[in-house]
Amino acid sequence: MSLSSRHLLRLQGMPKEDIVKILDTAISFKEILNRPIKKVPTLQGKTIVNLFFENSTRTRTSFELAERRLSADVLSFAAASSSVTKGETLKDTARNIEAMKIDMVVIRHNAAGTADFLSKVISANIINAGDGQHEHPTQGLLDMFTLREKFGHLEGLHICVVGDVLHSRVARSNIFGLQTMGAKVSVCGPATLIPREIEKLGVDVYHHIDEILPKVDALNVLRIQMEREAGGYFPSLREFHRFFGVTKERLDRAGKPITILHPGPINRDVELSADVADGPHSVILEQVLNGVAIRMAVLYLLGASE
Amino acid sequence: MSKRIILQSGRLIDPSTKKDEVTDILIVDGTIETIRKSIPASPGDQVVDLKGKIVSPGLIDIHVHLREPGYEHKETIETGTLSAAHGGFTAVCCMPNTNPAIDDESIVTFIQTQGKKAHDGIVDIFPIASVSKAREGKTLAPIAELVRAGAVGLSDDGAPVFDAKIMRRALEYAMMYDVPVMQHCEIPELAHGGVMNEGKVATELGLPGIPGIAEEIMIARDLLLAEYTNSRYHVCHMSTAVAVDLVRQGKKKGIKVTCEVTPHHFTVTDEIVRSYDTNTKMNPPLRTQKDVDAIKEGLKDGTIDVIATDHAPHSLDEKEVDYIQAPFGIVGLETAIGLTVSELVEHNVISLMQMIEKLSTNPRKIIGKEIRIAEGEPANLSFIDPDVEWKVEIAKFKSKSKNSPFEGKGLKGKAIGIYNHGKLMLY
Repeated sequence: MSLSSRHLLRLQGMPKEDIVKILDTAISFKEILNRPIKKVPTLQGKTIVNLFFENSTRTRTSFELAERRLSADVLSFAAASSSVTKGETLKDTARNIEAMKIDMVVIRHNAAGTADFLSKVISANIINAGDGQHEHPTQGLLDMFTLREKFGHLEGLHICVVGDVLHSRVARSNIFGLQTMGAKVSVCGPATLIPREIEKLGVDVYHHIDEILPKVDALNVLRIQMEREAGGYFPSLREFHRFFGVTKERLDRAGKPITILHPGPINRDVELSADVADGPHSVILEQVLNGVAIRMAVLYLLGASE
Repeated sequence: MSKRIILQSGRLIDPSTKKDEVTDILIVDGTIETIRKSIPASPGDQVVDLKGKIVSPGLIDIHVHLREPGYEHKETIETGTLSAAHGGFTAVCCMPNTNPAIDDESIVTFIQTQGKKAHDGIVDIFPIASVSKAREGKTLAPIAELVRAGAVGLSDDGAPVFDAKIMRRALEYAMMYDVPVMQHCEIPELAHGGVMNEGKVATELGLPGIPGIAEEIMIARDLLLAEYTNSRYHVCHMSTAVAVDLVRQGKKKGIKVTCEVTPHHFTVTDEIVRSYDTNTKMNPPLRTQKDVDAIKEGLKDGTIDVIATDHAPHSLDEKEVDYIQAPFGIVGLETAIGLTVSELVEHNVISLMQMIEKLSTNPRKIIGKEIRIAEGEPANLSFIDPDVEWKVEIAKFKSKSKNSPFEGKGLKGKAIGIYNHGKLMLY
């Protein structure tokens, strides 16, 4: 039981068999999470460092929990670009990790490509916990896991990623992962927040949310960063909510149930209205639990490849 | 006792005289004495066998960052000129984004003095002075003084002259002294924050893009300004298909425009950024295959006058950071001939004659430093082996910096020596 790569850097190009293996493995780990005793000895003796150069309480907590449930020794440090300000290069940081004989590194960084970079300079298994606007593969996997649980399959589903696609690593991991699994992915957002030539990745682009709703099975609603308003990507959050916000009224008009995902944390009543976030078709809290199971599966499969 | 050197059986190619013939050349004390099929050697003559090699007028790279003064950890005049010599260049133009910038005649003089000391002054340095004071784009640098001190062109390279009014005045002022304004074409508001070509690959990689229009809009604006002021305008490191066409149309209209491209912009595309190797990060960024094809077409039809490297040394520490933080630029002097022969000559895009035109005749004409290979002329020559096959080994670069994406690349064609100011360097 192992994956075709020693690292999890991206979902782009990841073989379907690997994705299926991770999703299947996560089923049994989710089962463990529902037991009274939630710990297994799988990664006993392994040391994992969570290297977070960017704040992310949720992702870090989820990884830490997954690591501890697998009995690994866990070290977390929120570098929050402090070493960068000190003038230490990423390579120096990496060399230090290497010297400490760490087995696995989970890295979150605000620049795309940093997980790739680490994988080239140190021998530990690298897990990308989000690199800039590139990818967030474990998020993509947990989204797929959640959708598969809900629908029983991924093939043939139509998912629309809504909002700030330009700056979103979640969007990219969703596109690459879901397409590999045979689902159709569309994106919907203001033209200023849709990356150039994204249609060349085989996704359809929409700018009017009411147009896409009747066509999809699920929406993955992205968090809108408050600073995008100041950046001039759209005139105001109010206008964004009015034209791109996912509201109950809009969903009701679609005439069929649409599953709602959100990577969190939610800006209530900006990208998602509260009644939808807490509504019957929201799987947002399921995503949180599934996130731990997925991360356990990834850690287990990568650890097992040694 | 005069010093006599006989260059034997080299293939002399000189676009300025349209000569392409195998011949001997006798140099006496730095001057070309005789050019004849066969020149018998007298005792004491130094004979250099150049059979199968090209003898060209001294190559020049009109877009080089020597980094001195101010950034000597990246490159110095000493290391930069040695790198140039090993790349086959007998002259370079150095860009003014030094610290302080070349915005005062004392800096021009300093660079020339350092240049004469480095390697016996075998490589000429012709400084490009800044257009604006401190390259800030706000007020004109003392252009007349700078030109009198020896500056051969004006540029705020590394940054554009973004203010249209300053650009207009710079063109008008430069026109009086017949020097070109060499523009780094980039609309700052459109390019800001970008690190690679905007498009499919950037979208996949999640890296912020620099759109081609950032370059093209400024070229379009400047062409109109150059036409209006009847001044000489030179486009630095052109990178897009639309840019090539803008210059082509400008030339047709009779605008005094010239332009250059770098070897990397006709060799590789943004596809190589997928490695996240920071040595693929340069400004303007690597574009698409469509752009590469258009650049080749422009080189072929003469729209593109010059091949210049934009040699931009950065230390290892500066480049060993993430892609967003890494500085723009790669070194280019020592791979220029290899890339040009391999990508252009070998693929019949341009002939060897055109190659020398774009690496010597045309750029020298732009800065007013023309030379030719003829009896009675000073010997200023580059020697090229067009057939040798070699692999790029960055560790062997003479440049102080090693930031090149071409490590291990197999190339054809290499400089084997230069001759200038009575000095011969063979390697």
